Amino acid sequence: MTAPRLEPGARLHLAGPTIGRDTLAAFAQASGDDNPIHLDSGVARSMGFDDVFAHGMLSLAYLGRLLTNHVPVEQVRSLRARFTAVTPVGARPTCEGVVRQVVHVADGDRVTLDLVVTLEDGTRTLVGEAVVTTPPAMREARHE
Amino acid sequence: MSTGFADASLVGTVRPGGRLLVTRERLRAFAEATGQTDPVFVDVATARRAGHRDLPVPPTFYFSVELAVPDTFGYLTDVGIDLRTVLHGEQGFTYHRLAHAGDELSSSSVVVEVADRREGRLQLVTSETTVRTGHDEPVATMVNTVVVRRPGGAGR
Repeated sequence: MTAPRLEPGARLHLAGPTIGRDTLAAFAQASGDDNPIHLDSGVARSMGFDDVFAHGMLSLAYLGRLLTNHVPVEQVRSLRARFTAVTPVGARPTCEGVVRQVVHVADGDRVTLDLVVTLEDGTRTLVGEAVVTTPPAMREARHE
Repeated sequence: MSTGFADASLVGTVRPGGRLLVTRERLRAFAEATGQTDPVFVDVATARRAGHRDLPVPPTFYFSVELAVPDTFGYLTDVGIDLRTVLHGEQGFTYHRLAHAGDELSSSSVVVEVADRREGRLQLVTSETTVRTGHDEPVATMVNTVVVRRPGGAGR
């Protein structure tokens, strides 16, 4: 993997799939979140939505993948996001991360990233932040 | 539709936590459902080569420990809130130690804030949940804000 070095301004990118009803059913099963608003069009409409929409946690899981595509999972220190708009069924989310800050600490780097998930029409569905660490060994490897 | 509403008296409410034995099958299903194809999350031999004792838990899976409670949102329905008026507003994770397949994780949650927004048409209920191993070691701290919409309020 030719991951970019995690320097200020570095950009990470992950294209999510087109969200289908099968995507939502699989995520409901695997995550344990069986809220019918994500599965039953009638329930979604009764609450004023056009149709079912994705679990916010599905998009947050994609952001988790964005991070673990670049650092081993044990180096993810924190991850948080605000759910700012729903992801309708049929939409395709895209995840982006930008390194905001790198702090050199005794045992490596502490990297803060700004995260956003966007739909094709420009709607921002999640806005968040993560902190990952990179040990010195990795830093050296990445400078080779 | 009639629905209740949370108030500040909910702050400090401790609710029973979930308990979840993390299995390889469950982690593989979660990987499949989230498009995760990195073999370290699905193949034990790859995970071990990467230094893990078994498949590692991906960053957001810990939320499923909280969902393992039979009545996860009982603290809201107990005050009369219709769950169809509830949306997930914010979710955060702070990680303390990595868990793996084979670990039995448990959680405990407490309401830390109840706040009004938009002249009371929305209410934000924030909880903090700690996930621990069977040896009582902290694994992750989760902060979860749900948005309760007053009935009759339009969808987005």
